[in-house]
Amino acid sequence: MQPFKSHTGIAVPLLKDDVNTDQIAPVQAMRNLKPDYKKLLFMRARTRDDGSENPDFVLNKPQFRNPGVLVTGQNFGAGSSRESAVWGMLANNIRVIVARSFADIYRENCLQNGLLPVVLPPADAEAFEQRVIAVNGGAPFTVDLETQTISGPAGADIKFDVTAADRMRLLEGLDDIGLTLKHTDEIVAFEKRMAAAQPWLQTARDSRR
Amino acid sequence: MPTTLFEKIWNAHLVATRMDGRELIYIDRHVLHELHAPHAFESLEKQGRPVRRPDLTFSMQDHTVSTRPGRTDTSNPEGAPFLRAMREGSRRNGIRVFDLGDPEQGISHVVAPEIGMVLPGATHAVPDSHASTVGGLGALAFGCGTTELAHILATQVMALKRPKSMRIRLDGRLGAQVTAKDVALKIIAELGVAGGRGFVVEYAGKAVAAMPIEQRMTLCNLNIEMGGRSGFVAPDDSTFEWLSGRPWTPQGAEWASALARWRALKSDDDAAFDQEHTLDCTKLEPQITWGTDPSQVVGISERVPDVASAREGRRAAMESAYAYMGLTPGTPLVGLPINRVFIGSCTNARLPDLEAAAAVVRGRHVADGVVAMVVPGSSTVKREAEAKGLDRVFRDAGFAWGESGCSMCAGGNGDRGEPGERIVSTTNRNFENRQGPKVRTHLASPATAAAAAVTGRITDVRQLIAGNT
Repeated sequence: MQPFKSHTGIAVPLLKDDVNTDQIAPVQAMRNLKPDYKKLLFMRARTRDDGSENPDFVLNKPQFRNPGVLVTGQNFGAGSSRESAVWGMLANNIRVIVARSFADIYRENCLQNGLLPVVLPPADAEAFEQRVIAVNGGAPFTVDLETQTISGPAGADIKFDVTAADRMRLLEGLDDIGLTLKHTDEIVAFEKRMAAAQPWLQTARDSRR
Repeated sequence: MPTTLFEKIWNAHLVATRMDGRELIYIDRHVLHELHAPHAFESLEKQGRPVRRPDLTFSMQDHTVSTRPGRTDTSNPEGAPFLRAMREGSRRNGIRVFDLGDPEQGISHVVAPEIGMVLPGATHAVPDSHASTVGGLGALAFGCGTTELAHILATQVMALKRPKSMRIRLDGRLGAQVTAKDVALKIIAELGVAGGRGFVVEYAGKAVAAMPIEQRMTLCNLNIEMGGRSGFVAPDDSTFEWLSGRPWTPQGAEWASALARWRALKSDDDAAFDQEHTLDCTKLEPQITWGTDPSQVVGISERVPDVASAREGRRAAMESAYAYMGLTPGTPLVGLPINRVFIGSCTNARLPDLEAAAAVVRGRHVADGVVAMVVPGSSTVKREAEAKGLDRVFRDAGFAWGESGCSMCAGGNGDRGEPGERIVSTTNRNFENRQGPKVRTHLASPATAAAAAVTGRITDVRQLIAGNT
């Protein structure tokens, strides 16, 4: 996984709650095994009925065409477990999402891909949202995971919390499977214990065959 | 110390705690589908890592399969590469595929329970948010993304932070034509689309105890629509009876040992939950969504709510839902003309769901101008329904009768509505554009959907049956 140390880019305000994965990455856009993840992001909101670009959608506005940080509301990423909803962000160089809160599976998918999910306390979130609206894409913000700070135009640095474990995993770009495989002996021992105690869980067999 | 059933299952599957604090939870059964598994196979192969337990891993072709009779890989051309990559990836890794043409192919969340692959107290993972459907049998199931799916393939464990626990007690008795679907929609309306975030939910109480297993699965299926990490019902005699004799369950002496263990799968009487909720189901009427998320729900006799009723921060969502759904506050739901009905999905396409819909449809006909389709949740359900003549009931009434798969739930196989259509659907998400661009989805039970199909309008199925419409 690509490590995350710091990311600088235009902060885009998408100040809505419950933005779901069908909006972020519609399943109908996954027409082959390697879709264009850049185009797939918010595909429906980005285009009008005649296929032309929707000038009202925030990512289509001239000042937000090169996004770096998405700023959004409660429960971001609700719905499906599809990881294309994170890959679409990365393909557009969005490596930080500052939300009021995240849906569980979406947040996990972010951490698996070196995308930093940030949740600020309500007062800080409110202030940051207002600042992002005021700056209006005029200058970039920098989100630094080492110092746990958001810095940028028109205001003081903002501190954010992240668990030590998530921070380490992102900073070092740790190989998740590798981390777990350090426990292979324990996995083997667990399987042996389970095979003795509840053998039906360690075998899955069709009794008709 | 008194513990919850969630904690008991969790602790029994805890392999180790990783250096980053995540707990490694052993996965007893891992079921894949073709929309996400091919990417995980590719990623593992690039890393040169083998699948640790192909014998505990199963591949299901469900998301992109055509529902047309005589279907092949290319009946849905866009699905063909997924089906092939799934088949080939599974073969390379020694994983059994429930492929097109397999008599037990179907939606993973329907198939795994019905063949007895899911067992009480077992852990289960699927790269799909509706994984917890199988919680209806007392299994602890987690949905996950593609990278985590590769992680499970390589290690047979999930690396998780321990969720909190919630209990939802459902009291009272369900009235006629009121089902687990209606109960679940009511719960989501009460707790909101993020009310279950971070929680594993145990559904308990008299109303749950009285629910047939298929309805318990519907209840647990919809747990994710309030953001729940997982959801389950503690197994009881109905569970054991339902599972008994299913082909993948333990047999003979092993069944007896398993049963003895399963009988102990209960939360202790004084176990503490992080959150508890109670809902009295006695007066509940059939429920239906009016808006664009599964918490925008009303009773069938109610009207589209006014923004004045919006909870904090939900006003904008309501206003946007009115516009998308083409509805104004105060409009009664009953009587709204509809264009299409879909009966299917992991939420509501098991045999009793189809029986409930067929009971409404029998002797009636799909209304003029309405397109109606039934897609059984599995090939087994389809066969059983046909043996009971349900396919004839539906076909004679003007419904299409499809081959099994996820179909129009997310439209990954090309089945979808036309722009502007109003659909009554037995699925799980009424998100904008999900069932097709600009399609307006109302989620409801199979009986309510069937009533809409034959009247051409949103209908109170109880009134229809009583001859009042």
